[in-house]
Amino acid sequence: MNRYYWILGAFAALVALLAIGLNLNPRDVPSPLVGKPAPAFNLNVLAKPETTLGPKDMQGKVWLLNVWASWCVSCRQEHPVLVEFSKKVNVPLIGLNYKEVRGDGGFDMSKMAADEEKKLAFERANKWLADHGDPYTLTVMDLDGRVGIDYGVYGVPETYVIDKAGLIRMKHTGPITPEVLGKKIMPLLAELNK
Amino acid sequence: MKRLLTLVFALFIASTAALAVDSATEAALAADPVAEKRLQKLSEELRCLVCQNQTIADSNAELAQDLRREVRTMIKDGKTDKEIVDFMVTRYGDFVLYRPPVKGITLLLWGGPVALMLLGLFILQRYLRRRTTRINAEDQPLSADEASRADALLKENTPK
Repeated sequence: MNRYYWILGAFAALVALLAIGLNLNPRDVPSPLVGKPAPAFNLNVLAKPETTLGPKDMQGKVWLLNVWASWCVSCRQEHPVLVEFSKKVNVPLIGLNYKEVRGDGGFDMSKMAADEEKKLAFERANKWLADHGDPYTLTVMDLDGRVGIDYGVYGVPETYVIDKAGLIRMKHTGPITPEVLGKKIMPLLAELNK
Repeated sequence: MKRLLTLVFALFIASTAALAVDSATEAALAADPVAEKRLQKLSEELRCLVCQNQTIADSNAELAQDLRREVRTMIKDGKTDKEIVDFMVTRYGDFVLYRPPVKGITLLLWGGPVALMLLGLFILQRYLRRRTTRINAEDQPLSADEASRADALLKENTPK
């Protein structure tokens, strides 16, 4: 009889292990950038293409960096949450438009000139924000995804919380849900803005 | 059997041909065979974060292509392999490495299989030892009483 308790116990342990393991999100890879300075960039601003913006312009402020693109399906899902956020909360939300044209997959990039890509990217991004509402204080354009690599972007949308000293304090991969916003991001923003 | 072998062989040829075409498009970008070989070797060590069970050499995801391009640029700039791997780790963490380093957080990953094997050996040894004592205990010569009963039984069956 004793031996059957052993087997039952081992089975229960296995079930518990699988229950925990399979409920973890494999996409949720901890970012080594948390606690490190936000990587520098200097990218063209969507609304004013002749100007540029970088993390050093945001020094002294707590701000959010949200990576998005018009081709990104999950971005559509999180967008209303961001629009709502921008109406209620007075924290700068900077959009990082990631590979607007070449990330789409519908274009043959070998046949597209650089300025043609740029023009198309700005058009598409502007149209998307006009259609769905613009929650962003500003959006900068990362046409080739080079800045995305510096930020370790691997699945759009991604959101970074950056503090007054310019350190990344949190990274969220995947769409922001009202729950993530309420339970993780808002308390952190309140703490950082104290 | 012969037919099966032919089929397997044909599939093998087809798959290598497909691979060749795939890398040919990329090889066009870098004519230098030495750099290309390094790129190949490095890419096989790095995990693609989009399709997590593929290396950036295998994966055709956008990110893998971007990362290969990044590695290629760094090779061209004369960066060492270590610098290139560090570049990836500072951005994507240890997860990007197919062979994660041994440290506190990965101890279970590296030590787990060994620990399980030792546990298994321990249990096996304990089981075998118990079994031996049990067999030894049963393997006693018959007592006088048992011997006489056995004799009686044997006599009963002996044909007259």
